[in-house]
Amino acid sequence: MENILFLSTFVFIPLLMLLGLWLARNINQVRGVMVVGSSALLLLAVYLTISFLGARAAGATEEMLYTGSISWFTPLNIKYAVGVDGISVAMLLLSAIIVFTGTFASWKLKPLTKEYFLWFTLLSMGVFGFFISVDMFAMFMFYEIALIPMYLLIGVWGSGKKEYSAMKLTLMLMGGSAFLMCGIFGIFYGAGGNTMNIIEIANHTGGAHAIDFTQQCIWFPLTFIGFGVLGALFPFHTWSPDGHASAPTAVSMLHAGVLMKLGGYGCFRIAMYLMPEAANELGWIFLILTAISVVYGAFSACVQTDLKYINAYSSVSHCGLVLFAILMINQTACTGAVLQMLSHGLMTALFFALIGMIYGRTHTRDIRELNGLMKIMPFLSVCYVIAGLANLGLPGLSGFIAEMTIFVGSFQNADTFHRVLTIAAVTSIVITAVYILRLVGKILYGTCTNEHHLKLTDATWDERFAVICLIVAVAGLGLAPLWVSDMISTGVGPIVDHIKDVAAVSTSNPFL
Amino acid sequence: MDYSQFLYMSEELSLLAVIVIIFLADLFLCGKDEKGIACTTEGGECPACGCNFRTVFPVVLMLIHTVLNLLPCCGECCMGTAAFGGMYVHTPMMTIVKSVLNIGVIVVFLMASQWLNRPENRIKMGEFHSVVLFTLLGMYFMISSGHFIMFFIGLELASIPMTALVAYDKKQYESAEAGAKFILLALFSSALLLYGISLIYGVTGTLYLDEIGARLDVNLLSVLGLVLFISGMGFKISLVPFHLWTADTYQGAPTVVTGYLSVISKGSAAFVLMTVLMKVFGSAAFEGLWSVGFFWIIIVSITIANLFAIRQKNLKRFMAFSAISQAGYLILGIMGGTAQGMTSLVFYLFVYMAANLGAFAVLNVVEQNSGKIGMDDYDGLYQTNPKLAFLMTLCLFSLAGIPPFAGFFSKFFVFMAAFNAGYHLLVFIALVNTVISLYYYLLIVKAMYIKQSETPIPTFKSDCGTRAALTICIIGVVLLGIASVVYNYIDCFSYGLI
Repeated sequence: MENILFLSTFVFIPLLMLLGLWLARNINQVRGVMVVGSSALLLLAVYLTISFLGARAAGATEEMLYTGSISWFTPLNIKYAVGVDGISVAMLLLSAIIVFTGTFASWKLKPLTKEYFLWFTLLSMGVFGFFISVDMFAMFMFYEIALIPMYLLIGVWGSGKKEYSAMKLTLMLMGGSAFLMCGIFGIFYGAGGNTMNIIEIANHTGGAHAIDFTQQCIWFPLTFIGFGVLGALFPFHTWSPDGHASAPTAVSMLHAGVLMKLGGYGCFRIAMYLMPEAANELGWIFLILTAISVVYGAFSACVQTDLKYINAYSSVSHCGLVLFAILMINQTACTGAVLQMLSHGLMTALFFALIGMIYGRTHTRDIRELNGLMKIMPFLSVCYVIAGLANLGLPGLSGFIAEMTIFVGSFQNADTFHRVLTIAAVTSIVITAVYILRLVGKILYGTCTNEHHLKLTDATWDERFAVICLIVAVAGLGLAPLWVSDMISTGVGPIVDHIKDVAAVSTSNPFL
Repeated sequence: MDYSQFLYMSEELSLLAVIVIIFLADLFLCGKDEKGIACTTEGGECPACGCNFRTVFPVVLMLIHTVLNLLPCCGECCMGTAAFGGMYVHTPMMTIVKSVLNIGVIVVFLMASQWLNRPENRIKMGEFHSVVLFTLLGMYFMISSGHFIMFFIGLELASIPMTALVAYDKKQYESAEAGAKFILLALFSSALLLYGISLIYGVTGTLYLDEIGARLDVNLLSVLGLVLFISGMGFKISLVPFHLWTADTYQGAPTVVTGYLSVISKGSAAFVLMTVLMKVFGSAAFEGLWSVGFFWIIIVSITIANLFAIRQKNLKRFMAFSAISQAGYLILGIMGGTAQGMTSLVFYLFVYMAANLGAFAVLNVVEQNSGKIGMDDYDGLYQTNPKLAFLMTLCLFSLAGIPPFAGFFSKFFVFMAAFNAGYHLLVFIALVNTVISLYYYLLIVKAMYIKQSETPIPTFKSDCGTRAALTICIIGVVLLGIASVVYNYIDCFSYGLI
C-alpha cells in the first residue's frame, strides 16, 4: 500500500496542480502553482531515482520495485497496479525534467494562460501515470489521457495551419490507440483473462509464454502499430512533422521529448515483452519499417526550410532508431534504445525550446530568412550549436552515448539481414551531420541581412534557466552515462531474456 | 385472486402514485391572473433563476420515488419475483435499469424548467410532467413484462404519449411535423412487432416469454418472427436500417424531448431487447442467428451514422446521428448474450445517459437563451460562456470515449464483453469507428474553442434547473468510470444465457 501511495504521488501532484490552477485568480498564481508543482515532481523523480539505485545496490533483484496493486474493476480482473524498473525510472526522470523546463519555456505564453496550463498539466499527468502503471488497463487509460490535451494545446495555442495539424495528430494517434485496444483485449483474453498485470502475464506459470502463438501473430502487429504510431513508425509518422510544427514551444518539447517515448516504451514493454514468439517471428517486418524511418526521416530533414519541420523530421529519424534498437532484441541494443529515448527527449526538448525562443523574436522559422543570429543573440545561438552537436552525436554529449550503444548492439546480431539494416541505419548519422551543420552555418553565422533582426534581444532569465537546465542534463548524460546505463540495463535485462527465451529463428523472414 | 401480488410491482405503483399526485396537484397549483386565465402568471418564483414550485415539485417526487425503490435493492433481500402467473416478472437488474431511467427523467425535468416556464408553455406544464411519466411507466412495464401482451402494452404506453411530447411545441411547424412522422413510424414498427409476435404465437401457442423460450425451435415462421421482432425493436432503438425517422424527429422535437428520446426511450428499449432475446430466443441455434443479424446491424449503424454525423450543421440532427452510432455501441453488449455483456450494456446506458443529457442540457440552455442551434453558432462559445463550453467539452469527450471520463470506461467494457464473446472483427471495426466519431465530436470542440465568430452567442446566466441538471450529469461523467463501485455493483445482478 505504501508503494502505491508513493508512486501514485506522480499522479496526485498533477491532480493537485489542476485543482490549484482551477482556483488560481491571476497569472502570478498560475505560474506559482506550476513552478511549485513541477519542482515537486522533479524532486520526487530525483528522490525516486536515488532510492531506486539504493535499493538495487542493496541487492534488490526483483524485476520491478515498489510494486503494489489494489483491485479496481473486480469482475473484470482489472487492478490498479504500479511498479517501476530501471526503464520507467529513467523515463519518469526525463518527464519530470521536461515538464519542469517546459513550464519555464511557456512563462510568457498568452492568451488563456490558465487554460493552457490546465491542459498541459493533464497531459503530464497522463505521461507520469503511464510510466508508473504495470496494469494494461491503467496504462492504456493514462496513454489516452496524455493524447487528447494535444488537440486543444495545438488547436488553440498553436501557429500556422494549426487546426489541420491538431486534427490530423489526434485522429492518427487515436487510430493507433484503437489498434492498441484491440491488441490489449487480445493479450488479456489470450492469456486467460485472469489478469491485466504485465508482470503476471509475462511470468505466467513459471516462464511458459502465456499466449498461443497463432494469436500472438494477430495481436502483436496490432499492438506494435498502435504504439508505433506514437513512436513515429514509418508510414504512420506523418502526424509528427505537422503536429510539431504547429504546436506551441512547450508542447513541442513535451510531445517530442516525452510523449513519443510512450510509443517506444509501450512497444517494448507490452508488444514485445508479452508476445515474444511473435516479436521474433514478425519483428523483421517492423525492423525494415523502422530502418526506413531512420534514413527517410534524416533525408527529409535535409530538404526542409522550416526550423520546426527540420527538427520534427529529425525526431522521426531518432525515434525510429529507438524502435529499430528494441527490435534487435539484445541487451546492448535495448539499453541503447532507452538511452536514446532519454537523450533524444532531452536534446529535442532543448531544440524546440530554442526554436520557440528564436521564433518568438524573429517571427519566422524559415531558414532562408534567418542569418547571422550569432552576433544578435549569442546565448541562444551558442545553445543552438550545442543542441545541434548533441543531435549529430558528438562525444561528450548524450547523443553519442545512445547511438554508439545502439549500433554496437545491433551489429552483434551476426546475420546478414540485421547487419545490412544496421549499416543502412548508421548512414543516418552522416545525413544528420549534413542537415545540422548546414543549418547552423546558415542561420547562425555570416552577416545578418535583415535589419529588423538587428534590434532583437537575447534570452531573458526564464528562457536562460530552462535552456541551461536542459544543457546540463544533456551534457551530464553524455559525460557520466554509466550510472544511467547500469540502471537501465537492470530493467532491460529480464525483458530481453524473456523475449529471447524462444525458438529465435524467424521462419517467415525471407531475408534470413 | 391474491391481491397481495400487487405488492411485487411496488415500483410501478409508486410511479403511478407520483403521476396521480402530479396530475391532481397541477389542478390546484396553477394560479390565475386578473382576467381569470389559468397558469399565465406564477407565484413564489425564485428571483435569481426563475424556478418555481411547479417545476421543482415533480423533481422532488421523482427523487423520493427513486430512493424508495433503490433502497431495498441495496441489501440481500432483493430477489427475483413473478406475479400474476408470470405476466409480470421482476429481477434486481430491472430495478437498477429503472433507477437509471428515473435519474434520467429527473435530469430531463430539471433542464426543462426554463423552457416550461415560457409563457406559451406554462399552461401545459403539468401535462408535460405527467405525459413523460406515463411513457416512463410504459417502459417500466416493458422491462418487467413476462408476457408478450404485457410487453406490447408497455411498448405502446411508452410510444404513443411520446408523440404528444414530440409535438409539444404545436404552434411550430417542425414540431408538429416531427410528431406526425414519429407516430406514423412508431405505429408501423409496432405493427411489425405485433406481426412477429403473432407468428411466434402461431408456432408455439403461448405468449409467456419463458414458455416460448422452451418450445420455440428454428423454422421458417419462427425465424420470420425473430426478424420482425428485431425490426420492430430496431425502430425504437433507431438502429440502421430502421433509423430514417430519427434525424427529422430529433430536429423537430423540443430539445428537452429530444434528450429524453435519445437516452431514456432508446436505453430502455435496448435493455428490453436484450432480456427478451435471451428469454425467448435464447437457444443456441437462435443465438447464432440473431448474433449474425446484430453483427451486421451494428457495423452498419455505427459506420453510417458516423459518416452522416460528420456532415450535419444543425446540432440536434448531429446529436441524432451521434445517438444512432451510440446505440450501435450499446447493442455490442447484446452480442453473445453473456452476463458480462448485460453489465456492460447497463453501465454503458448509465454513462451514456449522463454524457448525452449533459450535452443536451447545454444545447437546450443555449437555445432557450439565444435561439441558436447551428454548429456555426457555437463558434467562439468559450469566449462568451466559458463554463458552458467547458462542460460541453467534458460531455463530448465522454461520448467520444476519452479518459478519464466515464465514456472511456463504458466503451472499454462494452468492447471487452463483445471481444470475450468472440466477436474480434466486430470489435475492431467498432474501434476504428470511434476514431471517426472522435472527429465529429472534436468539430464542436473546435467550434467552441478555436474558431472565432463576429456574432457569438452572448454571455448569459443559466437557470437553476439547468445548473442542477448539469451538475448531476458532470458528476456522472467524471465519477461513474473512476469509481468502480458502480460497475461492480451492477455486475452483481447481471445474468447471461448460460
